[in-house]
Amino acid sequence: MEAVQENKVVQFTEGWKQPDNLTSIRKEAKQALNAMDFPTTRVEDWKYTRTTRITNKTFTQQEAQVEVDAFKIDNLKCHELVFVNGFFDEQSSTLLEDVGLSIKGIETLDEEAYAELLEDTEENVFSLINKAYSTGGLYIHQEKNKKATYPVHIIHVTTGNSVIANVRHFVEVEQGAELYVITSYNSKNAVDCFNNVVFEGLVGENSSLTIDKLQTEEQTVFNISKENFIQDPSSRFLMNTITIGGLLVRNGVNILVEGANCYSEINGVYLGRGKQHLDNHTFIDHLYEHCTSSETYKGVMDDSSTGVFNGKVIVRQDAQKIEAYQSNGNILLSDKSSVNSKPELEIYADDVRCSHGSTTGQLDEDALFYLQARGINKKSAQKLLVAAFIGEVLDKIKNEDTRAHVDKLFLDQFGWEF
Amino acid sequence: MLSIKNLHAKIEDHDILKGLNLEVKAGEVHAIMGPNGAGKSTLASVLAGKDGYEVTEGAVDFDGINLLELDTEDRAKEGLFLAFQYPVEIPGVSNVNFLRTAINEIREYRKEDPISAKDFMARVREKSALVELDAKLASRAVNEGFSGGEKKRNEIFQMAMLEPKLAILDETDSGLDIDALRIVANGVNKLKNKNNAVIIITHYQRLLDYIIPDFVHVLADGKIVKTGPKELALELEEKGYDWIHETA
Repeated sequence: MEAVQENKVVQFTEGWKQPDNLTSIRKEAKQALNAMDFPTTRVEDWKYTRTTRITNKTFTQQEAQVEVDAFKIDNLKCHELVFVNGFFDEQSSTLLEDVGLSIKGIETLDEEAYAELLEDTEENVFSLINKAYSTGGLYIHQEKNKKATYPVHIIHVTTGNSVIANVRHFVEVEQGAELYVITSYNSKNAVDCFNNVVFEGLVGENSSLTIDKLQTEEQTVFNISKENFIQDPSSRFLMNTITIGGLLVRNGVNILVEGANCYSEINGVYLGRGKQHLDNHTFIDHLYEHCTSSETYKGVMDDSSTGVFNGKVIVRQDAQKIEAYQSNGNILLSDKSSVNSKPELEIYADDVRCSHGSTTGQLDEDALFYLQARGINKKSAQKLLVAAFIGEVLDKIKNEDTRAHVDKLFLDQFGWEF
Repeated sequence: MLSIKNLHAKIEDHDILKGLNLEVKAGEVHAIMGPNGAGKSTLASVLAGKDGYEVTEGAVDFDGINLLELDTEDRAKEGLFLAFQYPVEIPGVSNVNFLRTAINEIREYRKEDPISAKDFMARVREKSALVELDAKLASRAVNEGFSGGEKKRNEIFQMAMLEPKLAILDETDSGLDIDALRIVANGVNKLKNKNNAVIIITHYQRLLDYIIPDFVHVLADGKIVKTGPKELALELEEKGYDWIHETA
């Protein structure tokens, strides 16, 4: 007798709606899913992150309304685009007059050009689920040689029980243009919810794109993000990922540097408490010469939280005169916390300057004693040292209001002052 | 102010202090001299409450309080200050920021209001001038990139900011050139008054040319083996520490 085995991925998405007119992207993604399975920890890329915690559950698409003011950034004049459970909330959103900036629905994207552009980027089962079943997203376009006056803040809020939010954005910064985007992932009274995110973009020739990503979801929310960016020659890309929320978080930032003289910088701070599992995978692919990439990720893990950092850099044969720097530092505040840190450098060019470093340890006991000997309580001394440790990365946030917002989050949630 | 009676302490299985007695009164300056390995720095660490030292016998009374029962930070809050032999570099933590935290925690402990930003900055200016510490250094990260002399001046600057009852200077003279030594000593002398006290731990006599002690103690093999007036320091300098062993 032959056992009929249901495809787990198909089962997972059962009952989810797709629009009536399927775009080729949705069609292809859905088709690909039929032959796929969820990754196990035997797959190198998912060795330390067990996704069965997510995939054993059942999620549904649910539209909802929620008060979003608490998730706005104080004093920051910006375009605010709100997504609740993966659906666009027009009423809560605000668009300002700006220069050369257009923000539309993701369905307005030219699919052929898009498919061609992202041909060389990798998909995984979660990004394909997103592409097949996304319920909304933005196509942000910054016109050639124009600098947007205001940042764009995409506010994501998840609320309710067992909700899946498949949200998908694409940002295109044309030649010589400049744009600043903040994406925040938040939740309110969410239980067993799953933010499955795809955020992609093209950084045109000699243009500049800066992204600050803030993850503050409750510790009942899963978040898997796939962030693919392609850089054209002489472009600048900076992304800072600040993760303090979520029960299981997997970030995957991939940069394809498709031109000479590019600058790519990705930084991250992750702070784990309770049973949080925070995973940052990064991949910078250098295809052309004379580029610089820099990567600094710092983690502070408490209680029984776990962290993962995997930083992959490939320098292809033609990519001479590359400078690629990577560092990952971790502080473990408790005996039960742990971090798996793995730098992965593949270098095929012979004239490059690359470095990587990874450290994981406890707070410096001598420094702690020194501060205590000046009358500072042990807890406060720890806070001072932790704040100093991650402060270097927080300083990479260029927008002052956003930085103040992050400082406030840390003060409210951890009592840390900068 | 400080009364140490029959103090025994060890690190792991090594007995370092073996029945040390010392009485320090307000207004006094005491120098503790001795050969390397006599237990001078252990005494400083035990008094400040550093982990890793086990007190096996004896008592330390600090103005009526059992000092050994207090956490490190509470000893500081009660008015004990240790100037470190090797000040620690703490990248990312600014000198002034951490001092304001320290002052305010000490004030809270004493049920006083926090210091205002204006008063604090005025105090920084006044006290950094006292040890000729560049105001820029005062606002930089704690000891990071400081020269040896700057680190020691920074210790005295912190002492000036915190105004302790009892300051223990652990080999503050080590690694200092003569100018820095003079500056550090001047700072300590200006902070000295009839209500506070200083214990100077040193291997050499030269700091005592600038800070005149009321008493000089010789620490050898975990005990005070000889106490005398300031002239004792000169005698030690001339005859070396072996002389003590011979006469003791």
